[in-house]
Amino acid sequence: MTYFVTQLVSGLILGALYALVALGFSMVYGVLKMLNFAHGDLYMVGAYVGFFLIQWFGGSSAPSTLWIPVPLLVTLMFVSAALVVGGLGVVLERFAYRPLRDAPRIAPLITAIGVSFFLQNVALLLFGGQYRNYNTPNFISLYSGIKIAGVSIDDAQILVLVLTVVLMVALRLLVGRTTLGKQMRAVATDREAAEMMGINVNRTISATFFIGSALAGVAGVMGGLLFNQVYNLIGFQQGLYAFSAAVVGGIGSMPGAVLGGLLIGLTQSFINGYVSTQYVNQLTFALLIAVLLVRPRGVIGRAQLAKV
Amino acid sequence: MGEPSAGPAVGADEWVARQAGRREYLPSWLGAAQRADERLGPWSWWAKLAFVGLVALSLPLLGIGPFQIQVGIDTLVLAMLAVGLNICVGWTGLLDLGYIAFFGVGAYGFAVLSSSQINLHWADYFSMPVVMIAAALLGLLVGLPTRRLIGDYLAVVTLFLGQIFGDVVLNDARGVLGGTNGIVGIDPVHGIGTIGSNEGYYYLLLFLLIATMAVLRLLETSRTGRAWRAVREDPLAADSMTIPVTRVRIMAFMFGAMVAALTGSIYASQQISVFPGNFDISVLILVYAALILGGTGSIAGAVTGALVLNIVYDGLLRNPTYSGYIFYGLIVLTLVVKLRPWRRLAAVLGATAVLGVIAHAAVGAVWPAAVAGGPQSGGWIASVIRDWVIVPSSPQTLGRFAFVLLVCLVIGLVQAKGWWRTALLVPTLYVASIAWEAILISPSEVAVTRNIMLGVIVIVIMISRPQGIFGARRVETAT
Repeated sequence: MTYFVTQLVSGLILGALYALVALGFSMVYGVLKMLNFAHGDLYMVGAYVGFFLIQWFGGSSAPSTLWIPVPLLVTLMFVSAALVVGGLGVVLERFAYRPLRDAPRIAPLITAIGVSFFLQNVALLLFGGQYRNYNTPNFISLYSGIKIAGVSIDDAQILVLVLTVVLMVALRLLVGRTTLGKQMRAVATDREAAEMMGINVNRTISATFFIGSALAGVAGVMGGLLFNQVYNLIGFQQGLYAFSAAVVGGIGSMPGAVLGGLLIGLTQSFINGYVSTQYVNQLTFALLIAVLLVRPRGVIGRAQLAKV
Repeated sequence: MGEPSAGPAVGADEWVARQAGRREYLPSWLGAAQRADERLGPWSWWAKLAFVGLVALSLPLLGIGPFQIQVGIDTLVLAMLAVGLNICVGWTGLLDLGYIAFFGVGAYGFAVLSSSQINLHWADYFSMPVVMIAAALLGLLVGLPTRRLIGDYLAVVTLFLGQIFGDVVLNDARGVLGGTNGIVGIDPVHGIGTIGSNEGYYYLLLFLLIATMAVLRLLETSRTGRAWRAVREDPLAADSMTIPVTRVRIMAFMFGAMVAALTGSIYASQQISVFPGNFDISVLILVYAALILGGTGSIAGAVTGALVLNIVYDGLLRNPTYSGYIFYGLIVLTLVVKLRPWRRLAAVLGATAVLGVIAHAAVGAVWPAAVAGGPQSGGWIASVIRDWVIVPSSPQTLGRFAFVLLVCLVIGLVQAKGWWRTALLVPTLYVASIAWEAILISPSEVAVTRNIMLGVIVIVIMISRPQGIFGARRVETAT
């Protein structure tokens, strides 16, 4: 029973992380109808931002070498990762994707693959190829936290879960209640009509990219805190899972992204716990294919009618 | 191109028609060649193929070295892959991001069947068809979901497939696939005759490339080829014209997979070994870059793209000296083409030179160690810019900052307008040169720099000329 709950908790946390990345991916898909394959690499950049902030404030190779309080540091990490990665997303949109807005559908996809490759290699050039370590247990104790059904959940995990839920609710309110959200939905439905209604399409798309990328950056810091490992290719793997999550839920749908993320996270966690640690990827892939064969537009997605 | 117009067409007056007729041919012998080409009519494509094939055949006879032969082999491999990928991406319009898995299946399949791994040592006329059929079946499996998955969903699924291939191979460390150790000691191509030298592989690959191109040319102009293009342009319309859309798509996947598998098996036997790293995303990017450089949808374009790209990427960018020539050459060329009038060009170049000399002298006077390094690219460029560019004795840190600064400056450059843009160009050029000499070209980073440039090439081609060198710009109707 304890084992089951452990797997459940780690699956939920993993799923929350995937959902956060998938949300940004899905938002961008919603307004531009393009798959931003570089989204996973934004996660990687976020993780690096967090790592360098820890280094900046004293490093965490030994316990308590930090010279600012831990809550402040963690807040700073999240905020600066969100700002830096959000800004990077806006720049990418401006330079790589905006010129292709009216190009054939396949062109921005190939560009996105190129951007992803570019980011991976720039990270390799700037940060080196070695694995970096957050050393989270040195400043957030593994033994503090709460115990549920005999399973201890440490502070970092609680932080990730709570923050994810808060961000999701905030995003929901932003898209549902604010003017910006309304503009986003309008652009997603019909860009030309939105433009005719006086909506600044370029600014709306930039804002969407900023928010979506910032979510990826925050997820990157969370990943760093939880898994402790940062190198230039983590983004590709995480991105792949997040893309699958978005696809399983139905690309472009925000509840779908959350659902898909949780589904993929829980599946992986239980495969890891009960089946095999080696074949996680293969079985996740099988799940993806199976869901798509039954529901080609994802769990929540609706079938589109082809217009002639 | 096309037939010379006899008179005014719809929407064009007589003068326009006459000018169009006059511009029909290039000057002097080029025009004569064009006329001859037109007289050949539909045979022109085959004549060009034969001509290029003959030129390529005679290359090894000119006495080029082993390195050049190896680059030639890699170019032919890349060209085969690009031609195969063109079936899916260019003709059928399916974004296949798992293409490299088929290449890997071909290479690993051949490696298992024709080596001491499980002691089979099959002759090539058994193992290659087996491998190709296996890859085609895998293509069928991947293609089956295309019945329902369209466009974006397919891209994610195939991207995942490519990742799965790598996982399967890596996880099989103790099995026949060898994990990270790969498979070594693969038989050379043997059967009808054994190939013992790289020249032999060059000829074999050349023969296979020309044969593949010929077969695909016949396919392109056949019923199936027309069906592929019809499905690409509008699946719904194709469906209502009784084209079996799903079957046609799956066929495209299978043909692409077979070409990739054939290439993979030759590649494995030529390399004598296969490793999981040979089939990762960087190869996929390379194939896509070759295809889009030449222009998707054109066989000749795919081959030309592969030729240009691989000679630059594999032949020249490995060498710091050539790499430097390409880097500075491209910058100067872009400036000459883009900066008008020439006074502005002269002003920018002069200002950059003066800025460099002053900066070098100032920094050298304050802190001599900061200019002690000297440029890292070779050739005459290094001696020219020795007293101009700032390179410290341990240049890595400065180089990284310069690279970040360069990216920021380029962003500012695109955003700036008018006079500001010209002014910003000067520091941008100087910082680019510092970043290049301090880190990008240093021996430990050359491989990374190559890949960064490849990523930039993909992005820049897609933005500036999405139809590639040979492709025709397609008209996209609103959906």
